[in-house]
Amino acid sequence: MSYQGKFRVWRGDVDGGDFEDFTVEVNEGEVVLDIIHRLQATQAPDLAVRWNCKAGKCGSCSAEINGRPRLLCMTRMSTFTEDETITVTPLRAFPVMRDLVTDVSYNYTKAREVPAFTPPEGVGLGEYRMHQVDVERSQEFRKCIECFLCQDTCHVVRDHEDNKESFAGPRFLMRIAELEMHPLDAGDRTTAAQEEHGLGYCNITKCCTDVCPEGIKITDNALIPMKERVAGQKYDPLVWLGNKLFRRG
Amino acid sequence: MSAPDIESRGVDQQTGTGVLSRTRARIADRTLRTDRWWLSPLLTVLGLAFFVIYSTIRAFWGSAYYVPEYNYLTPFYSPCLSTACEPGSSHFGTLFDFPWFIPYAALSLPFLLLFRLTCYYYRKAYYRSVWFSPPACAVAEPHSKYTGETRFPLIMQNLHRYFFYAAALVVLINTYDAIAAFSGENGFGIGLGNLILLANVILLWAYTFSCHSCRHVAGGRLKNFSKHPVRYWFWTQVSKLNTRHMQYAWITLFMLMFTDFYVMLVASGTIADLRIIN
Amino acid sequence: MTEVERHSYDVVVIGAGGAGLRAVIEARQRGLSVAVVCKSLFGKAHTVMAEGGCAASMGNSNPNDNWQVHFRDTMRGGKFLNNWRMAELHAKEAPERVWELETYGALFDRTADGRISQRNFGGHTYPRLAHVGDRTGLELIRTMQQKIVSLQQEDYAEHGDYEAKIKVFAECTITELLKDGNAIAGAFGYWRESGRFILFETPAVVLATGGIGKSFKVTSNSWEYTGDGHALALRAGAKLINMEFVQFHPTGMVWPPSVKGILVTEGVRGDGGVLKNAEGKRFMFDYIPEVFKDQYADNEEEADRWYDNPDGNRRTPDLLPRDEVARAINSEVKAGRGSPHGGVFLDIASRLPKEEIKKRLPSMHHQFKELADVDITGEPMEVGPTCHYVMGGIEVDPDTASSDVAGLFAAGECAGGMHGSNRLGGNSLSDLLVFGRRAGLGAANYVIELASWPSVAPSDVDTAAAEAVECFEPKEGNENPYTVHAELQDSMNGLVGIIRKAEEMRAAAAKVEEFKQRAKQATVEGHRQFNPGWHLALDLRNMLLVSECVAKAALLREESRGGHTRDDHPGMVADWRNKLLVCAIDGDGVRVTEQEQPPMRQDLLELFELGELEKYYTSGELTEHPERKESI
Repeated sequence: MSYQGKFRVWRGDVDGGDFEDFTVEVNEGEVVLDIIHRLQATQAPDLAVRWNCKAGKCGSCSAEINGRPRLLCMTRMSTFTEDETITVTPLRAFPVMRDLVTDVSYNYTKAREVPAFTPPEGVGLGEYRMHQVDVERSQEFRKCIECFLCQDTCHVVRDHEDNKESFAGPRFLMRIAELEMHPLDAGDRTTAAQEEHGLGYCNITKCCTDVCPEGIKITDNALIPMKERVAGQKYDPLVWLGNKLFRRG
Repeated sequence: MSAPDIESRGVDQQTGTGVLSRTRARIADRTLRTDRWWLSPLLTVLGLAFFVIYSTIRAFWGSAYYVPEYNYLTPFYSPCLSTACEPGSSHFGTLFDFPWFIPYAALSLPFLLLFRLTCYYYRKAYYRSVWFSPPACAVAEPHSKYTGETRFPLIMQNLHRYFFYAAALVVLINTYDAIAAFSGENGFGIGLGNLILLANVILLWAYTFSCHSCRHVAGGRLKNFSKHPVRYWFWTQVSKLNTRHMQYAWITLFMLMFTDFYVMLVASGTIADLRIIN
Repeated sequence: MTEVERHSYDVVVIGAGGAGLRAVIEARQRGLSVAVVCKSLFGKAHTVMAEGGCAASMGNSNPNDNWQVHFRDTMRGGKFLNNWRMAELHAKEAPERVWELETYGALFDRTADGRISQRNFGGHTYPRLAHVGDRTGLELIRTMQQKIVSLQQEDYAEHGDYEAKIKVFAECTITELLKDGNAIAGAFGYWRESGRFILFETPAVVLATGGIGKSFKVTSNSWEYTGDGHALALRAGAKLINMEFVQFHPTGMVWPPSVKGILVTEGVRGDGGVLKNAEGKRFMFDYIPEVFKDQYADNEEEADRWYDNPDGNRRTPDLLPRDEVARAINSEVKAGRGSPHGGVFLDIASRLPKEEIKKRLPSMHHQFKELADVDITGEPMEVGPTCHYVMGGIEVDPDTASSDVAGLFAAGECAGGMHGSNRLGGNSLSDLLVFGRRAGLGAANYVIELASWPSVAPSDVDTAAAEAVECFEPKEGNENPYTVHAELQDSMNGLVGIIRKAEEMRAAAAKVEEFKQRAKQATVEGHRQFNPGWHLALDLRNMLLVSECVAKAALLREESRGGHTRDDHPGMVADWRNKLLVCAIDGDGVRVTEQEQPPMRQDLLELFELGELEKYYTSGELTEHPERKESI
């Protein structure tokens, strides 16, 4: 049942690095993270990799396998052929720290820029009333495990470092959508989404949705509805005309 | 002294943008994907190009668009508004004699085009396959600058909803055409052409109603569904259709061409319509 | 003196799981500056793994529920060994803690009238668990993470600096607590990324480091669960209690090997899933212990009726407390009635419609589909016991969460007492919230009342630094830390696992002693920058210390109770109920002593019927019970 698998793992840090080839035992039912662990235990004890739960729940072990952003713990070896060389690299949209570990602080910076939930005034503890149909949309977005694969694959920042300043990325635009659709959130999120968090940069090419390990329909359910809200508020010709005509001095 | 040279070359190589920026892992490949990621953009380009060429030719063709005997009018010529339109084909009257460079359906075609051009699915399709932005997921794009839909002209994509309203009107017209086609010169009748015209408008409705803008106006814009049960129901139905928006986008594209092609063949006398009733 | 990065905070919270984050929020809301130190990235803590829900007697699903019922359930679940004051505070305060989360933005599943929906769980009389599908832990941690961000935004508005009051030190490990006399003065550690040392000067440390599961081979715990808080507290002079009680969750995945141990939520059974052996028999009916005969159905018909009519029927034995179910599965497998891969079957496919399963248990569906290629809507899961939770932990004052050491507080899994000998499912998340808040509050009050700050001795910093890099020195033994770790896991799993025997535990203690010597010979390759081998070598010290506590305490307790099952002492012994086994540091090992638990307050004792108490208590302890007095 087990075989010798061929692996090509990128090793290095910000000053440089290269691929290192390994031949390593692969057993039935294993995932790529198991193999990385076997490498650590047998051939490369200082191979740096980030991981936690190994059950696809924490979103720590994000990396790129054969060029595709994936969770190491949710990529089964059975999806590859036995003679295939499997290439593992760190996330390529973020600064590398060491080996498979990248500096994901961009995401935490962006998280902090999204204004938090604004509780409704005068509703006390235990008095929140929300209907299931009203919370379901936001609940979908709250399934997010913050693996940042969507942030990694999004070409807006992956291919354009300079856009990181003005673009929050799919994960945090989705967070804005989550709050916008929260039945009791008192804040208005639409204008800020466009003007401060860079919603307009998104060209809905859907790589974020493709890569989401939780299967969240980021583009269809969060980004496009936000774009539609912006369109309604900002680009509606009637609203625009009204504002032009009746703008108060 | 060769070692430092190699090293500095390595650094130079990585002073590019995006995945080749200085802080990222030093990997020279623009992508490490091993699958045929180029196949899907290629097919998209071929599909879109075929439609553009076909529809441009047909829009300016100026004949074989109407079958008076069965009242079949191709959607490419609906509504037919030139005084030069074949008798009977102008279901909604005529304006004046259009010069050669204006298609007879000049009032509907631009909106249909803009509706599709600003459609969230088509945007994805051509941004990826035509503009390579990005060519495929995790494949580096060739452009050094990117501003997305934040400036003119792409900021105009935000007008999609208004093209949706216009397109819905056009589909209404197409629907009228399809229904009118059941009564030809010899009264009520059904032929293969009717079925094709009917299927075409049904699919057009599916595409139009499955639009993301439609989903928004149907109920998506509401914060509390529980207070609007009817709109919630509509939103739920549109949402179901919406998951297949891409499929409808492609199916309707080919269905439009097929419908037009069939009408053209019958109108030009190349084939006879297969009649089922009368 | 060693070169270290220095920081000064009013309170340092170690661990950024539920308890840690709740402590941070509380201390910050009292106006203090707080550092939160976590081994992994912010928001990745083990709390995300919690699935089923958070127990709180809000009474939304059944209005008969109240704190007294929850308190009784908790004490029963822990076989009356719980610290009753903790259980009382927990039952009373849990609803408010849950509602508080809603004001932070949490979105729990709802009842038809718009309140928080509550689900059934093992050992809970009424549906009591606030939940979000089967990803409740994620909701908790994200909510509190976002609350902390919101507090940081307030600080930004006021001070122009997001980190004016709260700073997260992610991927940073604390290796030693530093003291001034008997009071906490600081915490020493290193950045995982750079390997550089960091020193926190602080009068108050809140330990919220979670559990010890990584000392066992088959576990639902993540790599972080190396008992750091337990070991740090021990070395700082605090005491651990109840370390012999380790909960084996009855349902972990058993196949394929690489995912063995990963949790299958109890929610599967709460929503109708049943356990079956290889013969297709629902075997749990054969394993209802005497003490639970009144509450659990003894036939399938009644058990099935209970789901729809819980007031008129007794509950299904599939939802017995976890220790009972884990032992039952263990016995079935040993008797040769197990599934092909050494577990039993957990069947929800034949009990609920496909769509309903996907809706109620989305992440279980996903987990089995992705990891085991099993569609749980069509076929049964294979499950078996997995090391899940340690009931034992740092001995703390129930009201303030303070340990024996001044300035040292603990909350969550690394604190002991609350759950007695066995924790009920769903009581962990509520424990985090209730005692996380209390620890933050306790630490804040301690700091506010402090006359003068203790100071860190430079020599202590040098010692801590030297110990941390000691394993880079070449040594004769040249041990590989990965190997020692793997052997430790094997030994603990095999010898101090779910069923225990005296000679095996003696062997385990001897093994741990041997591993301790070998760990001293551990050598690490490479340098200090993000070096997992080094990290493991340091964590290994903690695991060994904690394993020693577990093995030694387990050997002493000559009875079976909750998460401690002795093959050689199968019965529960009333004389042992009152005794706590306390671990304290002794040289480079631990010493275990017996200690009496304070008797339960009279009004709480009276919440139970005499007949029930008599199953657990010695006769002498019950002389004050009103029913007893009547009968005299």
